[in-house]
Amino acid sequence: MSQAKVEPHVADVWRRLSEVTDPELDEPVTELGFVERVAVEGDRVEVDFRLPTYWCAANFAFLMVDDIRVAVAAAPWVRSVRPRLLDHMYADEVNRGVGDALSFKEAFGTLASDETLEEVRQKFRVKAFQRRQESVLRALVRQGHGVASIVDMDVATLERTAVGDEEAARQKPRYLRILRELELAAEPTDLAFVTPDGDRLTATAFERHMEELRGVRINMEFNGALCKGLLSTRYKEAKLEEGKEPELIDFITGRAAPPARSPSTA
Amino acid sequence: MYKTPDGEEIFIVDGHTHMWDGSPDNQRNIHGKQFVECFYAYHTALSPKEELWTLEQFGKYGPQKMYNDLFVDGPDDMAILQSTYLTDFYKKGFNTIEQNAEVAKAYPDRFILNGSFDPRDGELALEYIHYMKENFDIQGVKLYTAEWKGDSKGWKLNDPNAYRCFELCDKLGIKNIHVHKGPTIIPLNKDAFDVHDVDYAATDFQGLNFIVEHCGLPRLDDFCWIAVQETNVYGGLAVAMPFIHGKPHYFGEVLGELLFWLGEDKLLFASDYAIWTPKWIVEAFMKYELPDDVKKSRGVELTMEGKKKIMGLNAAKLYGIDIEAKKKKLQNETIAVAAE
Repeated sequence: MSQAKVEPHVADVWRRLSEVTDPELDEPVTELGFVERVAVEGDRVEVDFRLPTYWCAANFAFLMVDDIRVAVAAAPWVRSVRPRLLDHMYADEVNRGVGDALSFKEAFGTLASDETLEEVRQKFRVKAFQRRQESVLRALVRQGHGVASIVDMDVATLERTAVGDEEAARQKPRYLRILRELELAAEPTDLAFVTPDGDRLTATAFERHMEELRGVRINMEFNGALCKGLLSTRYKEAKLEEGKEPELIDFITGRAAPPARSPSTA
Repeated sequence: MYKTPDGEEIFIVDGHTHMWDGSPDNQRNIHGKQFVECFYAYHTALSPKEELWTLEQFGKYGPQKMYNDLFVDGPDDMAILQSTYLTDFYKKGFNTIEQNAEVAKAYPDRFILNGSFDPRDGELALEYIHYMKENFDIQGVKLYTAEWKGDSKGWKLNDPNAYRCFELCDKLGIKNIHVHKGPTIIPLNKDAFDVHDVDYAATDFQGLNFIVEHCGLPRLDDFCWIAVQETNVYGGLAVAMPFIHGKPHYFGEVLGELLFWLGEDKLLFASDYAIWTPKWIVEAFMKYELPDDVKKSRGVELTMEGKKKIMGLNAAKLYGIDIEAKKKKLQNETIAVAAE
């Protein structure tokens, strides 16, 4: 197979991976730098994946590795996908579990709780919805939109309303997408802002609603800041020796000028 | 001692410190290596660049360096040593009560030594509490509810075995129960973070104080909700504090929630040494002002009075420290150390 044929496939894999998010942080795994390596050989794909620490919660690791498998397998040209979690306390269990299409409970036996992975996924989808919504709402308030007009705003109006700051502009399309995915809106005339249960917001309860969203964001931001910090430490040395499975010690023993990490989506 | 620009002396009690040995010689297995490296990643992630250590130094630093970092270079007046066993990962343990006692005995006026127990040990846990009281006269313990043991994936503060331990602690005057509710190592299921068991134990043991370390983060809202209902629940600021450097606005939001729900009488400063050193944290905090949007949305203020409480007065109350008497003693110690 010629290079020219392989390259678009590699790009296709990266594009599909950019749709996979860390459930806890609600950011694409590609932007977080979790994807270590993509290899395509004909119709077979390998994806190596690494988390900020050896101890990151196994259920989230399992979710992400499985999401990677599903996202890549959706490409019509792909016959087999082998996602591989590296350098994690439960790497073997996760890799075998995802590889053999086991459930989390089957892969982990008595170590797993009764909560299914689907329930965990749903719980964090709701948090992602809330965080994206908060970002957009805060921007609208900052821009001087009145609470009364915000709670009555429909999807079509939100789509054409500029939200100003960079973060909110990034979150607006993501918010609209998850609003539809959670089936909280379908038509352009549906309300743009509802609670996770689909209830409409009211002007009187607006402050209380924002408080709740802020609580969600504070928790997520804590994880986000910590994970990004931990990851950047772990990845500092990852770029130093290609091919060798890196360890923190490599960085610490002095070979590390903290890098401006370039996206690996070459 | 921290001195304000006006010359006022602020008494600092560092609520959460360790003297650990995570060096390769003491590591029992890969977990021991990964554990201390994870701590090191926390250290590098949130410390200012000029405060970074090497991993080798971080693995094992010894009592002299600790004394220096806390009390000579650092502004601490006293520090609470929290014991963490991890004997599955480390041959001699990570920082058992015996390891911590080495530095506590060398500087008895500086340190408060806390123990630890695991109620799943049943009778042995009760015996161990007696042992710690008799040998180290402990006033407090640090507990890890998320710790794995055999098939167990953790325990709850309201388990019957835990209640037997608390009854004994109450009887022996071990009043301060520090509970680790924060970023956890190991647990498979995030619910090891769950803070709701604090609610039951705090209600049922009114004579004990429950200091929730790391304020339940990343479950700050759950923690605040519980703490507001219980008079004997406190928030330990370890891990929240260092955000003051890299993410000061975010730190303000967290602190704003805590001031709103718990108030300045219920919060305890901690550096979590040796993950972070206290000097830059205390300096930043004493200069810190809450962001306007936080003040406005929560209607809270961070006053000098509040800072003093958080930095030392609250902990002094919990541990019965007579600050004026202590200051005199410490002055003598400083002279003695300088003369050595």
